[in-house]
Amino acid sequence: MKLKSKHLLGLEGLSKDEIEMILDTAESFKEILERPIKKVPTLRAVTVVNLFYEPSTRTRISFELAEKRLSADLVNFSTSTSSVKKGETLKDTVKNIEAMKIDMVIIRHQSAGTPQFLTRCLSSSIINAGDGAHEHPTQGLLDIFTLRRKYRKLEGLRVIIVGDIKHSRVARSNIWGLKSMGASVAVCGPNTLMPCEIEKMGVDVYSNLDNALEGADVVNVLRIQLERQKGGLLPSLREYSIEYGINVERLKRLNPNFTIMHPGPINRGIEITAEVADGPYSVILDQVTNGVAIRMAVLYLLSGGEGKVE
Amino acid sequence: MPRRKGVMIMDEKTMRRTLIRIAHEIIERNKGAENIGIIGIRTRGASLAERLTRIIQEIEKVEVPLGFMDITLYRDDIQTKLDQPIIQKTEVMFDVADKIIILVDDVLFTGRTIRAALDQIIDFGRPKSIQLAVLVDRGHRELPIRADYIGKNIPTALNDLVVVKLEEIDKEDSIYVEKEKKIK
Amino acid sequence: MNRTKHKQAELILAGGLIIDPASKLNKIGDIYIGEGKILKIETKKLIPKHKIKFSHEILNLYGKIITPGLIDMHTHLREPGREDEETIYTGSISAVTGGFTNICCMPNTQPPIDNQESVKFIYEKAKTARCKIYSIAAATKGLKGEELTEIADIVKAGAVAISDDGRPIYNSAIMRYALEYSKMYDIPVISHCEDLSLSADGVMNEGYISTLLGLRGIPGVAEEVMVAREIRLAEFTGARIHIAHVSTEGSVNLIREAKRKKLKITCETTPHHFSLTDEALKTFDTNAKVNPPLRTKRDVEALKKGLKDGTIDCIATDHAPHSIEEKDVEFDAAPFGLVGLETALGLVITELIEKNILPWTEAVAKLTVNPSRILKLNAGEIKIDMPADLTVIDPDIMWTVDPEEFKSKSKNSPFGGEKLKGKAYLTIVEGKIMHQL
Repeated sequence: MKLKSKHLLGLEGLSKDEIEMILDTAESFKEILERPIKKVPTLRAVTVVNLFYEPSTRTRISFELAEKRLSADLVNFSTSTSSVKKGETLKDTVKNIEAMKIDMVIIRHQSAGTPQFLTRCLSSSIINAGDGAHEHPTQGLLDIFTLRRKYRKLEGLRVIIVGDIKHSRVARSNIWGLKSMGASVAVCGPNTLMPCEIEKMGVDVYSNLDNALEGADVVNVLRIQLERQKGGLLPSLREYSIEYGINVERLKRLNPNFTIMHPGPINRGIEITAEVADGPYSVILDQVTNGVAIRMAVLYLLSGGEGKVE
Repeated sequence: MPRRKGVMIMDEKTMRRTLIRIAHEIIERNKGAENIGIIGIRTRGASLAERLTRIIQEIEKVEVPLGFMDITLYRDDIQTKLDQPIIQKTEVMFDVADKIIILVDDVLFTGRTIRAALDQIIDFGRPKSIQLAVLVDRGHRELPIRADYIGKNIPTALNDLVVVKLEEIDKEDSIYVEKEKKIK
Repeated sequence: MNRTKHKQAELILAGGLIIDPASKLNKIGDIYIGEGKILKIETKKLIPKHKIKFSHEILNLYGKIITPGLIDMHTHLREPGREDEETIYTGSISAVTGGFTNICCMPNTQPPIDNQESVKFIYEKAKTARCKIYSIAAATKGLKGEELTEIADIVKAGAVAISDDGRPIYNSAIMRYALEYSKMYDIPVISHCEDLSLSADGVMNEGYISTLLGLRGIPGVAEEVMVAREIRLAEFTGARIHIAHVSTEGSVNLIREAKRKKLKITCETTPHHFSLTDEALKTFDTNAKVNPPLRTKRDVEALKKGLKDGTIDCIATDHAPHSIEEKDVEFDAAPFGLVGLETALGLVITELIEKNILPWTEAVAKLTVNPSRILKLNAGEIKIDMPADLTVIDPDIMWTVDPEEFKSKSKNSPFGGEKLKGKAYLTIVEGKIMHQL
């Protein structure tokens, strides 16, 4: 059993079988997380570096926990300054770290394509923990995992992703993954936050939220960055909240047994009301729990040796 | 690798008798079944554990807790294998602390699987003791591990293949040994 | 009489197919060269083939194509300031290897070429170059877009055009003054059309591919609004304006319309803009990161149409050397630009001539006489008494681009591994062979 690539750069190009392999493996890890000793010795000989070039709390902690629960050795390298400002290039930094004999690199970077760039610099396995507005594959996987646990299968499920699609790596990874799993996906947000020709990814595009929600099963609410107002992309957060905020009233348009998701961190009262975020249909905290299991599964599956098949 | 046709070592009837004997040995040694818990190692050890549990419960008329274990995550060769093994479910729903754990597997060979299983059991808690029951001991140990209950000792060459077939999985109960064919 | 001329000739190019767009010559012939000039063009009484081999100064060029020396009106040579990436000297070697005999270097060096002294510096350095170098000087001091450079002075020093290339002249009034002022000296203003507020901090074309990659996009309209402005200003001032590196369908359409109104607008596109699309960025290859960005298939088709119908006058390389250290970084951090001198001819032949977009004469015109006329150079034609700047092309040779073999100091090309047809066989500058395959 093996993923086609030794890296996880994105969900684009990952087959349904591969995604299912990761989800099935994550189910086993979910069981381990329920044990009194939530730790297995599997990756005892593996050293993982968490390279975080962008502030992150939950993704970093989630990866760290996943690594610790698999008994990997880990090193954290966090900085918010880009390599250009720092003087040392990213390539030099990672080459230096690799020289200390590491096996896997988890990379979060504000510039899209940086994980691909690292695959050209290093021989380690690279796991993308979010690159610019490109992809955030483990988030996409944990969202799909959470949905599969609730609905058993994703075929025919209608998922709406609401918010700043243009700047969202979560949206892109979710679209790729959900489409591969047979779900129907729509995106909804103001025109200024909708990327060019996104319909070519095979999604329906809405600017009116109420129309988008009609008959949907799942709403994945994206965080709205407060800077967008300054960039002129939004007149005001107040208006955004009125036009695109998810509130109890709007939930009536959804199918029964609907689900509300949010990749966090939440701006309560802006993109989602507190009542909805904490409602019984909200799986926001399950997403966080499942994140550890998904990341354990990815680490496990990518940690295999490169020996020959005997 | 080409092999000769296997030689049958154990048939259905013998296997049934062997398991009944092992069950008796377990009860005798532990003076009953009140404090024991049985854990089978996936895949075939799990079926054997189920059978042993059933037999012991019939004899002793007590409830014996049963669990199953996948030892993949405790293997020592994860980083050297090309493909990652599929992880099967581990279900140990009872508390192992202070119990006598009977660990069950089909074939005892290098001892590495048992080592992994011992580590895993200890991660679940601190049992009073762990005893090992196997259907076949084929020798060639790489670790200082021995079985407490053995169905049959089968001397083998290192490259021989011991094939255990069980009704639950393979639709028959039998054990074959396939000899390695020497390639000139 | 022929005999005496023959005696003077130091070099005879015999039997090549001579393509000279200016004189509409397209015939096999012999070219006699002496004292750095073209002495004679003989297309009737050719030197018999069997005699060619007996003489060292007679080159057998049967099967080859002889064109006026190629002119690149848009090159970055990085000297002064970034001599680690390219110098005037190394750039000139790269140029002759690619078949160029005349190249015009842009002023965005460090410091920029924005006064008479710095223009003189370029010409001083050019004396040791393998090909002819022309200076294009800055239109505004320090390329800041605020105050005009001393245009009279820099023209006297030999600058052939002014441009703030790399940046637009953002202030429309300054652009107007640059046009009005340069009109007095009959030199064109070369405009890098980019509305910086629309391109923002984009790093590639805005389109489906930028959406997939999550990279910030530069919309085509960022170029087009400025092209539209330049056209209006050209009409208003009556001055000559040349639009650099046209990359979008919208720009081509605007320029076509302006030409129909007989405005003094000329323009160029680059080999990479008609050969590649934004798909080349799918692997986040920083060597394909260029400004203006590689556009879509639709834009490429429009550029080809523009080349075909004459809307696009010239093909220029926008040769922009960058060091490996600068390009081997995360995508956002990499500078824009690629080296083009050594792949331009192969791309023109492979993408335009072989695919029947342009006939040879048209393609050669866009690399010779057209830029020469825009910049008023004494080059670009095969004519008696003209400097013997000639390019001999092997039109059939198949080769694979290997940036490591480039003569340029920099290797930042997205064409590595590409199979091209046609290459410069001989590059002759003022009668001297500066490159031989």
